Amino acid sequence: MAKGVWIVAEQRDGALRKISFEIASTARKLADELGDEVCAVLLGSGVEAMAAELAKYGVDKVFVADDAALEPYTTDAHAAAVAKVVKENDPAILLLGASVQGKDLSSRLVGKLATGMASDCTDIKIEGGKLLATRPMYSGKTFGDIVVSGTPQMASLRPNVFPAVENAKAGEVVKFDAGLDAGALKTKVLEVQKDASGKIDLTEADVIVSGGRGMKGPEGYSVLEELAGLLGGTVGASRAAVDAGWRPQSDQVGQTGKVVSPNLYIACGISGAIQHLAGMSSSKYIVAINKDPEAPIFARADYGIVDDLFKVVPELTAAAKKIL
Amino acid sequence: MNIVACVKQVPDTEALIKVKADGSGIEEGGIKWVMSPYDEFGVEEALKTKEKFGGEVTIVSIGPARTMETVRTALAMGAEKGIHIDDPALYNADAYATASALAAAIKGIPHDIIFCGMRAIDDDSGQVGSILAELLGLPSVTVITKLDIEGSTAKAIKPIEGAQLLIETSLPCVITAQKGLNEPRYASLPGIMKAKKKPVEVKKAADLGLTVEQKSTVAKMSPPPARPPGKIIQGDDPAAKAAEVIRLLREEAKVI
Ligand SMILES: Cc1cc2nc3c(=O)[nH]c(=O)nc-3n(C[C@H](O)[C@H](O)[C@H](O)COP(=O)(O)OP(=O)(O)OC[C@H]3O[C@@H](n4cnc5c(N)ncnc54)[C@H](O)[C@@H]3O)c2cc1C
Repeated sequence: MAKGVWIVAEQRDGALRKISFEIASTARKLADELGDEVCAVLLGSGVEAMAAELAKYGVDKVFVADDAALEPYTTDAHAAAVAKVVKENDPAILLLGASVQGKDLSSRLVGKLATGMASDCTDIKIEGGKLLATRPMYSGKTFGDIVVSGTPQMASLRPNVFPAVENAKAGEVVKFDAGLDAGALKTKVLEVQKDASGKIDLTEADVIVSGGRGMKGPEGYSVLEELAGLLGGTVGASRAAVDAGWRPQSDQVGQTGKVVSPNLYIACGISGAIQHLAGMSSSKYIVAINKDPEAPIFARADYGIVDDLFKVVPELTAAAKKIL
Repeated sequence: MNIVACVKQVPDTEALIKVKADGSGIEEGGIKWVMSPYDEFGVEEALKTKEKFGGEVTIVSIGPARTMETVRTALAMGAEKGIHIDDPALYNADAYATASALAAAIKGIPHDIIFCGMRAIDDDSGQVGSILAELLGLPSVTVITKLDIEGSTAKAIKPIEGAQLLIETSLPCVITAQKGLNEPRYASLPGIMKAKKKPVEVKKAADLGLTVEQKSTVAKMSPPPARPPGKIIQGDDPAAKAAEVIRLLREEAKVI
């Protein structure tokens, strides 16, 4: 019978991504309820040393495949390697991150393993020995509780939602052969163009200061940058600001942009259209600054200031400087 | 080139979504149905590909009778023909069953490149394109913002956290589209007229030799958890209001 809670760890450029610790910790919690072990799959070239870090977050065993063809990530190489080790070991549950890479890999695995997956979950538990995953649907206008009848029961977890909790376990390394035929792989990464800004990605940020049409132009964003910098966060934007060419597409939050879950989301000059809310309503705390008291964003905000953002934001920065 | 674009009909993004009292799904009355926005990017890229290399675009969609309207919209944008899979066993099916039905339909027609949206904005599951590729034994490049095809090679740009990848693959392949890939065209009036006469085959799962097999189910739907009402900070002095918010974030919310 299928047994064990498995995760696929995500690493890039020689370091594990934060999401790996979030899924490891969540897997630990589920495994403790089931009385099972947590196993991680770790793929890449020269990655074995990272196993110790996974162990810190509750992983009992780390299945490591070291193969040049696994670096950098490609869908076909990683999906083939994970599918192989999963089929050999028959876990009950398989968790991945709903990061860009995790979404790509997990969906391909659903096909390879002929199973089901609850994607981009915001809550997960065991009920009656089975996985019960909760996820936003209809852009967060409803939530669905998903039951997976296929094996393994798969779920991908929304980044920044599940806490990473240290809980050291053995992290015993089990090496396996990914069994790849490099010549048969059909996708290849030709180039990785790093963002010159070195900006924290919105999906991974703890604090986001976002600006909309109320910013009046690209220049206005410097006050947001300053506040975000002070709070250790990053800057986002509404679609109106992106479509106006003030900010890059990678900054867009919402239905046709990124879905974010920071601890704090500060919306400046954003009305709160339903498509914008779709991207940020799972934020833990929301602050809205808008000069229109009727703006729908206030209905979602924990704290609101009705005023001119160009007067308020510099004062937020000044007040934050005093205590930070 | 034989081009396929998969589309899904979904509630308009503005639609008010109400969960049925028994949590079995959503109330469908009064909803305006549209093509999922990411599928529009897929259809547009399919049409651009055809305009560059010649060939035909076939639209494939699954859903009840009303879905025909969305197929016609894609035909009005410029696609040549459609396949509408209308089978109650597939309404609100999970990603695996959906992809299996699409694969069964697409296996039966020539296909050099297949476009899907990166996700449909109803169930938001974002899996179908990749499962479809796997079932057809094709490579997939997902969530892309740029595509260049040369001979039997496709090069695509895919943004990831903090970087962009340039990925190469070979045709036939499955591509999933995201915003930034293109600006979808509107259907013209002559386009709409012509679309009415374009061929659309309506099929059941059995016509495709398919037994529908779901691998996951939505046990229950519920409205989003209620958020406690927020605090509007009163006063005329921006500095005082700002200081109060910073205090609350520090002392009450404990997020800074
Ligand atoms: C299919 C589809 C997908 C979409 N996807 C997205 C998406 O992903 N993300 C997204 O954001 N939108 C999306 N939209 C667009 C969305 O409907 C709104 O048009 C958009 O979010 C509005 O952006 P905004 O709030 O910046 O602008 P507006 O709605 O114009 O609001 C500007 C706000 O700024 C306030 N303001 C102006 N000046 C000041 C000032 N000096 N101080 C304080 N406040 C000020 C105004 O009171 C107003 O409330 C989508 C729409 C569709 C149809």
